[in-house]
Amino acid sequence: MELSVVSPAGARRAYAYTGGKPLDASRPTVVFVHGALHDHSVWTLPARWFANHGHSVLAPDLPGHARSAGPALDSIEALAAWLLALLDAAGVGNAALVGHSMGALIALEAAAQAPERITRLALLGLAVPMAVSPALLATARDTPLQAIDMVNAYSHSTSAAKPSYPGPGSWLHGANQALMRRVQEGHAERNLFLVDFEVCNRYAGGLEAAAKVRSPTTLVVGERDQMTPPRQAAAIAAALHAGVITVNAGHAMVAEAPDAVLAALRKAVG
Amino acid sequence: MAGSSDPGFDTLALHAGAAPDPATGARAVPIHLTTSFVFENSEHAASLFNMERSGHVYSRISNPTNAVLEERVAALEGGVGAIATASGQAALHLAICTLAGAGSHIVSSSALYGGSHNLLHYTLKRFGIATSFVKPGDHAGWRAAIRPETRLLFGETLGNPGLDVLDIPVVAAIAHENGLPLLVDSTFTTPWLMKPFEHGADLVYHSATKFLSGHGTVIGGVLVDSGRFDWQAACDASGRFAELARPYEGFHGMVFTEESSVGAFLLRARREGLRDFGACMSPHTAWLILQGIETLPLRMARHVENTRKVVGFLAAHPMVASVGYPELDSHPDHALAKRLLPRGAGSVFSFDLRGSREQGRAFIEALKIFSHLANVGDCRSLVIHPASTTHFRMDDAALALAGIGPGTIRLSIGLEDTDDLIDDLKRALGAAKKAA
Repeated sequence: MELSVVSPAGARRAYAYTGGKPLDASRPTVVFVHGALHDHSVWTLPARWFANHGHSVLAPDLPGHARSAGPALDSIEALAAWLLALLDAAGVGNAALVGHSMGALIALEAAAQAPERITRLALLGLAVPMAVSPALLATARDTPLQAIDMVNAYSHSTSAAKPSYPGPGSWLHGANQALMRRVQEGHAERNLFLVDFEVCNRYAGGLEAAAKVRSPTTLVVGERDQMTPPRQAAAIAAALHAGVITVNAGHAMVAEAPDAVLAALRKAVG
Repeated sequence: MAGSSDPGFDTLALHAGAAPDPATGARAVPIHLTTSFVFENSEHAASLFNMERSGHVYSRISNPTNAVLEERVAALEGGVGAIATASGQAALHLAICTLAGAGSHIVSSSALYGGSHNLLHYTLKRFGIATSFVKPGDHAGWRAAIRPETRLLFGETLGNPGLDVLDIPVVAAIAHENGLPLLVDSTFTTPWLMKPFEHGADLVYHSATKFLSGHGTVIGGVLVDSGRFDWQAACDASGRFAELARPYEGFHGMVFTEESSVGAFLLRARREGLRDFGACMSPHTAWLILQGIETLPLRMARHVENTRKVVGFLAAHPMVASVGYPELDSHPDHALAKRLLPRGAGSVFSFDLRGSREQGRAFIEALKIFSHLANVGDCRSLVIHPASTTHFRMDDAALALAGIGPGTIRLSIGLEDTDDLIDDLKRALGAAKKAA
C-alpha cells in the first residue's frame, strides 16, 4: 500500500507490503523492518503468515529504499521517528515491531521513542553497538558493488540452506546480491550502502534506548552469524531483559532458516 | 563457509545447493523419487499453499533433488534461482509463456537451433505469439524489429549452424533501452565458458541434455533468472508484464513483484508455468545432471583443448574447404569471441568438406570413434551430416540459404584422446576423397 508519511524529516511517499491482504488497523499489527540495502521482500513469508493468522501486517520499504521515496535518512533516531509516523499514516495505534539488523536498531529506538505504542519487540541479528569496520566503510565509499559482495558473503553461513527462500530453487547468495544491487541502484542520488552502514556505525544510543523499552522483547540470534555474532547480543539482551532464541543460521537468518525464524516470531509476537 | 567472498566456480559445481542429508547423513544428493510430501498438519498444509512457508508439496512444482540442481545452476550462472524442466525446449517454452501471450511478439536471432526455430516460427504463431527474426550481428535490425507488443529479445550464445557469437552486451543494451529483457540459450557455452548475466542478459536457459549432463544419458532443461530485470519499472513505464507487476487473477490476485523484488519471474514461472504446463523434470534426471555438473569445469577444459587440436588439424587438411570455429581468424566473429569467450568457443563446430553429398556420406560412414547421431555436448565425440540427415529434403540452393553446404559436417568434440580422434578423421577424409 502507498502511504504519505509525515515525520520530522518531512512528508514522504512510502510503500508498505501488507502480506497479501488489505491492512485492517483494527487487528493487532505486526510491523517488519528490513535491514541495510534491503526492502520489504525479505519478509514476505512471515508477513504472509501473520497476515493470515489474525494480524495486520506492515512491511515498509524504508525511505530511499526500493519503492519508498528518498532521500534515505541519516540516523537511526530519524528512521525510528519515521517508522512511528508510518504507523500514524496507516491509522495504527499500537504495534509489535520485528526488525532485522539495521531494522532491529530502528525497532529498538522506536520502542524507546514511543514505549506506550509498542506491544512486543522481536530483534533479529542485533548488535549494540553495531560497529562497522573502517575497511568495509572505505570499500563502501569507493567500490560499493565490491562492498555488497563482501557483506553478501559474510551474511550467509552455507551454500545449501533448505528449504530456501521464498521457495525451493532459489539461490540465496544470488538473490541477496541482486536485491542489494537493485536497492543500491534504485536511488542513485546517494551511495545508499554507505548511508545505511554509516547509520548503523554511528548509532550510540542502544543501551540508553533499551532502558526505555517497556514491551516484552525477544532477541533472535543466528548461531553462525558473522556480521552480528551471538556474543554481541549478550549485553543488550540483559539490558532489555529479553528472551533469546538461537536459530541455526548466519546473519541472513530469515532466508537461511525461514521455519525456525517463523517459530521464533510466533513465540515473540504471535 | 562464510568469508569475504563467495566460493569459486569449481567449488560451487560440487557444493552449491547440497549439504549432507540431515535425515540420513548421506553425503551425495539423495534421489527423492516421490510425487508428494506429507504435511505436518492442516495449518502447515495451508501455509505451504498460501506461500507463508517454503517447502515442497508436489513434485511437478518442486522436489528436493531438483532444487539442488536448480540452486547449483543458478549459483554457477550468478542468478537468483532456477527451474529445472523436462527439456531445453520446455525451458524455452516456460520462459516465453511466463512473459508472453496471444498478441505478444518476440525478436529473435535467426541463428537458432532448429527446434527453437520451429517453436517460434510455426508453433507459437498458432497460439498468437509472433516472432521477427534478425541476423544476430544486425544491431540496427534488432532495434528496428521491436514493437509495442514485443515482450523479449532472444538469441543463442553461439548460433546455429555457423557459431555466430551473440554480442550480448549490445543486444542487452538494445533490449534494456526498450524496457525489454534478453533471454539467452547458453547450451553450447555453459557457465564455464561464459556467464551471460555478466554481459547484460536477463534470463538464461540450457538444454541440460548437453554439456551440463555431459554423458548423453538424459533429457532436461534449466531456466535461470538473473534477478536484474525490473519488471515493476518496465510495467510502470509501458504497461508490459502486467501479469508480473499487477494483481494477477490467475494466482489469487498476487502481485509477483511485490512478493519478490528480484525473483518475481521465477515465482510466476514455477507457480503458474510448472503448475499449468507441467513440463517438470524427473528427480532421477536431476540427479544424473548433477553428477555431470560436478565435473563440468574439468570436462569443459578438456572439450575445448581437444577441439582446438581437431580444428587445427582440419583447417590444414586439403580435403577441408573451411572450418567455422570462432577462434580462427577466418571466422567473422573472431574478435567478438576473443572478448566474450576467452576460455574457448566450445566444442561444437561445422566444417565444409570439398566435394558432393555422396562424399559427405562416405566421410560419415568411415568414422569409427565419432558417433553418427543428432546430439551435441556428449563426452563422446559426435558427428552429423546435415545434407543427408536433418536437412535431406532440401536441394543445394535451399541448403545454401540455411548456411549449409552439401559437404557441411557438424562435429561435437568429446573427451577421447585427440590422437585417436584425428586418426579417425584422417581415415574418413581419405574415404571421402576416394568417393569422388
